[in-house]
Amino acid sequence: MRFVYFSILVMMINMGCTSCQREEVAPHIKKNIEQGSRSIKSNTKMVMIPGGKYKPFFGSDTSMIKVDSFLIDERPVTNGEFLEFVKAYPEWRRSNVKRIYADTNYLKLWTSDTTLPDTVPLDAPITQVSWHAAKAYANAVGKRLPLLDEWEFVAMADNEVPNARKKKSYSDDIIDLYLIKNRQFNPVKKSSPNYWGVYNMFDLVWEWTDDFNSVLITGESRAGEYSDKNMFCAAGAVTATDVMNYAAFMRFSMRAGLKANYTVNNLGFRCAKSIHKN
Amino acid sequence: MKNIWLIFACIFLFACKTDQKSKEIPSDSIFQLTSTWQDQHNKSMKLSELQGKTLVVVMIYTTCKTACPILVADMKKIEKEISPSVLKDVSLVLVSIDPETDTPERLAEFAKTNGMSAPHWVFLRSDEASTQEFANVLAMKYKKISPVDFSHSNIISVFSKDGKLQMQEEGLTIDAAKVAGEVNKLVKSS
Repeated sequence: MRFVYFSILVMMINMGCTSCQREEVAPHIKKNIEQGSRSIKSNTKMVMIPGGKYKPFFGSDTSMIKVDSFLIDERPVTNGEFLEFVKAYPEWRRSNVKRIYADTNYLKLWTSDTTLPDTVPLDAPITQVSWHAAKAYANAVGKRLPLLDEWEFVAMADNEVPNARKKKSYSDDIIDLYLIKNRQFNPVKKSSPNYWGVYNMFDLVWEWTDDFNSVLITGESRAGEYSDKNMFCAAGAVTATDVMNYAAFMRFSMRAGLKANYTVNNLGFRCAKSIHKN
Repeated sequence: MKNIWLIFACIFLFACKTDQKSKEIPSDSIFQLTSTWQDQHNKSMKLSELQGKTLVVVMIYTTCKTACPILVADMKKIEKEISPSVLKDVSLVLVSIDPETDTPERLAEFAKTNGMSAPHWVFLRSDEASTQEFANVLAMKYKKISPVDFSHSNIISVFSKDGKLQMQEEGLTIDAAKVAGEVNKLVKSS
């Protein structure tokens, strides 16, 4: 009798255990069902940028950096496209995303996981996404984020020449664009493209680059030339190779201040792709 | 007979409990990262396998001649400052930023030459994308400046046993006693 009693007790405990496990596993299983299609396509036209050498805005040495030919999206990724992405990849929805990948302001203006308010147009660039989220999107569409050097290489162009850095108006015009408020809610591709046929490099949003974390402007850099300049205001500017390019200086300062899980209300991204030589 | 059943019952209860516990990884924990790593014994692993120990983490590369030796010395100083009774609940983790050169064999050799063979020393390497992701999670800046050299910021990070960042010390004059103090406190309070 006692044996039976204890058997029942153990069985009950066991059941209690499995049911508590089941409860815990349940959301997991639910998530599996709610896997999303895990397949999205990007129809954004890509522009071929023939490689070349360029003098980076930053760095102590004046040597030229070689940039290989690559493809870049003609415009930033839009809210509508990012919405399709989070529908297909539920782990990137606002309520599911892990804090290690995106801070609490991730997709903050959205009204729910998969709905946007009218104030955030579908054809305006996506913002308030972290570097991890941008990278995940790029992976999902079979592309990647542009390298910092690639982005800056494209950014040298105005609408007439591939390298407009020498023009007086070049930096001033960009600064004027940077100063416009709430420009991130304007639709993409409404302004004129640059020399390469690439739109919205400056007028709507700042953009993540794959290696944004390679910007070392603090005294932490081992390069001796930097270290004793902390004593001066804007020490970084001393090592800038192109002091007139204040717009680029703003971009580099912005990048240096970012962390990969930060989300910012006017920081978005576009994708790029390598050209594989056979 | 009665006792055996009681013991069984206890085991089931406990099994259930520990199972529950291991699932509670905080949203901002580094154990959320899904990347795969190899340690110095060529064992393939996820970061979540480091769960349960307080972690002191630094990113280096073994061929570095300048800052890294200082960082390695700092890690050894921290090891010395951690109370011996606490050390079994701590992992001191060195993550390579040069996964191409720093093979598991090379990491094992580095560990040996630097007197870092004790079980609390963990050396890790992964692929380039995972390394970049991890550096970004640590907010560490790095750039390959030539095929053999990297410039990078020097950061030692302390994580609680559930993988949450507790402290970061930056620069080349790291206060080992302060870092070790934080580790001692974390282990004792858990």
